[in-house]
Amino acid sequence: MRKTVTVSTSQIFCILIRSSATCIRANTGRWTGAGKPAQDNAMPHDHHDDNPHRLLPSEPALRVKALETILVEKGLIDPAALDAIIDLYERDIGPQIGAGLVARAWNDPEFRAALLTDADRVITELGHGGRQGEHVVVVENTPDTHNLVVCTLCSCYPWPLLGIPPGWYKSDSYRARAVREPRAVLAEFGVTLAEGTTARVWDSTAEIRYLVLPMRPEGTEGLDEAALASLVTRDSMIGAGLPRSAGTAA
Amino acid sequence: MTRIHDMGGRFGDGPVPREDDESRIFAKDWHGRALALTVAAGALGKWNIDASRHVKECLPPADYAKFGYYEKWLAGLANLLVEHGIASPEEIAAGRSDAPAPDDLVARRLDAARVKAALRSGGPSARYSSDGPAFATGAKVRTSAIAGNRTQNGGHTRLPAYAAGRVGTIVLHHGAHVFPDSNAHFNGEAPQHLYTVSFAAGDLWQHAESPHDEVRLDLWEDYLEPA
Repeated sequence: MRKTVTVSTSQIFCILIRSSATCIRANTGRWTGAGKPAQDNAMPHDHHDDNPHRLLPSEPALRVKALETILVEKGLIDPAALDAIIDLYERDIGPQIGAGLVARAWNDPEFRAALLTDADRVITELGHGGRQGEHVVVVENTPDTHNLVVCTLCSCYPWPLLGIPPGWYKSDSYRARAVREPRAVLAEFGVTLAEGTTARVWDSTAEIRYLVLPMRPEGTEGLDEAALASLVTRDSMIGAGLPRSAGTAA
Repeated sequence: MTRIHDMGGRFGDGPVPREDDESRIFAKDWHGRALALTVAAGALGKWNIDASRHVKECLPPADYAKFGYYEKWLAGLANLLVEHGIASPEEIAAGRSDAPAPDDLVARRLDAARVKAALRSGGPSARYSSDGPAFATGAKVRTSAIAGNRTQNGGHTRLPAYAAGRVGTIVLHHGAHVFPDSNAHFNGEAPQHLYTVSFAAGDLWQHAESPHDEVRLDLWEDYLEPA
């Protein structure tokens, strides 16, 4: 059964590869800036090399198991490192970090100014930052402007400040629609923009990661940072939501 | 010119799906494992983040469309392992290793004790450039007429099709950054200046919700010319 499938898909790959030759790695030569037909750079290919992911089991959990087994047996992966990575994103790195920044910015004008002008320095000094948050820009919501963050080309997201992105952020629908109809998308999240408010969508096409500084809810004047942070939702820091109202503070 | 991943502005996707169980960081156990495996394999240093994005973009459109987020990661990882000679197609098919990896590669394994520091340092893309920026904040620029890699047919690029050939305004300058169109193909980091360019929604879409809304993209100098 497996053999039949492999043979027939190989024939398809053969056709596919003629039109997508750059997907074969061109390891030789440095960047010259000169246009060169990709086929010249391409290494000779074995039909079985094309899209080898199709050789993996159909059940995703078994695909992970297969790749992990191969890499552990080769001595390239420490299974305890995988546990440590998962643990870090399940326990330590999440939206509570971004919420802490927002709450402090609401209560401390100097901190707010620093966060808006040089977020990288502020984040580094607080011991945050790192993978997928190496370069951060914080953008402020005002009565005139509402910011919304997306990555249309993949799913770039400020991991060290918000953790692992939610499923919807990575969905085709959000990636496709947030740039063209942000108001319709926001309405699905229960956010209605006033007509005079500009929707400003940030498409994260480079390694700059954007964090939205939402507007401070009314009636929160006396609250301390911890209580304020409890109002700051993950979605409000993506721009897809608003902070909770004052009465819900922890 | 573009590939399946370049979906900004596309019609037909329906409402944003919100049915995930949000009480879990990883909706399924294997999601976390797939993420960790990809991060740990990337730490071996055989490829860079631009190449790892490109390999997913190169998936056959039918696979890309049907795969969930972490399934794309797994497919990308499998293809990178074979492309870089770390695993053979036979090993991928069998789910077992036929031979240990070379010592120099094993020496680069990410051990548990190093995980926190490795994720904390990440991989900054800012680089020094002796060239000054070509554009000042406030300058009007036009993006390349065609969203495509200039030297590699079907190669990696970060100019989405929806923003090709449009006039916008430079609003931020981020200094020089690694150029993905080169780096994804292992042709050097070739850093160049990176800017945030603001476009009026009315200049991007036939039926913008409000013509005064804005879309801002981070674009490298190669994608831009004075307007």
